[in-house]
Amino acid sequence: MADRTTLTFLLMDAPFENARTTTAFRLLQAAVSRGHDVNVFAYEGAVALPFIRQRGHANPVHGRDAAQEDHPLPRNWVAELLRLAGEQGTKLDWVNCGLCVDERGVDESVEGTRRGSPAEFWKMAASSHNALVIATK
Amino acid sequence: MRVLQIIETAYRATIEEQDDTVVYMTHALHGAGAATSVLLRGNAVNYAVADQDASGLRFGTWRQSEPPRIAADVASLLEKHVDVFAIREDLEERGLREETLIRGIKTVPRGELAGLLERFDRIWHW
Amino acid sequence: MTEYLLIESRDPFESNDLERCCRLAVQLKRAGHDVALFLVQNGVMAVRAGVRTSGLDLALEADVRVLADDFSLRERGIPLASVIAGVRPAPIEVVVERLAAGCKAIWH
Repeated sequence: MADRTTLTFLLMDAPFENARTTTAFRLLQAAVSRGHDVNVFAYEGAVALPFIRQRGHANPVHGRDAAQEDHPLPRNWVAELLRLAGEQGTKLDWVNCGLCVDERGVDESVEGTRRGSPAEFWKMAASSHNALVIATK
Repeated sequence: MRVLQIIETAYRATIEEQDDTVVYMTHALHGAGAATSVLLRGNAVNYAVADQDASGLRFGTWRQSEPPRIAADVASLLEKHVDVFAIREDLEERGLREETLIRGIKTVPRGELAGLLERFDRIWHW
Repeated sequence: MTEYLLIESRDPFESNDLERCCRLAVQLKRAGHDVALFLVQNGVMAVRAGVRTSGLDLALEADVRVLADDFSLRERGIPLASVIAGVRPAPIEVVVERLAAGCKAIWH
């Protein structure tokens, strides 16, 4: 089998704060769907993206209860992309920066994600075909 | 693989983090064996200023014991032989004179940015 | 010759980031490289016909390939007919394609 392309992405934004999060996940979806192996290094606020304690809520302004609102939760996006990669037999390796997790107290993460350090990001990037940093502002 | 870390965002949560987390990342990458260089641009050229002092923060009886020391962290990169560049026009626009900068910072005219980028395999913009 | 992909997510009104990005694109193009500029998020606000000034004309005049994320355009109510000449709507997959092809990609 030919070598699969591996792409690494570094994300920094916390959930619910910036359009970069949605764009980043659109890129991850595109990369996974195309059958690439994908590494994600979640740095700083992005370590909260797979935090399992995110909860949806109702929307009183729109008159929707919690079920109707069906609030997007990035932790579900992470879980779904992991599932998709698993189903395809490709790799999605999601690593949370450990120190960033500690200071934010978000150490309950979607199953299938793991903890690492910037050195891990370097290892991922160095062994990938390409690596894109989507930094926060 | 040679990496250029372009740092543009400045003083983002640096008090809470007690450093700039991209300067920190650069140190970590270097320690992991990466061949990195740094380009300061935009407001981040202020990181080249030698006399930055973020000490003294207090809330009630809480006092920050380890304030960020960004100039020291940048100087430390230079001591590790990491090239640190700064865009000349960005320094000038901010009234930053060369004598106020950390020794060893190399200035690059904006018009030579393309040439600088060509020297690196990966360009990560922060 | 190197392939570059500059991804610009910021609009030309809050800051001069887009203009700076376009100037870099032109610099790279004039140095003989293949350059594409992918506008996404508020970056696509530069491509609506009638925008007064954005710096995008610099890139277009220099033959930089300018693409605009189709989702971001639709999200901001910019119909295809209102996209200025020379800018091509494109799906986000284009970014992944170019990454996979090994281009130097810079997110701004």
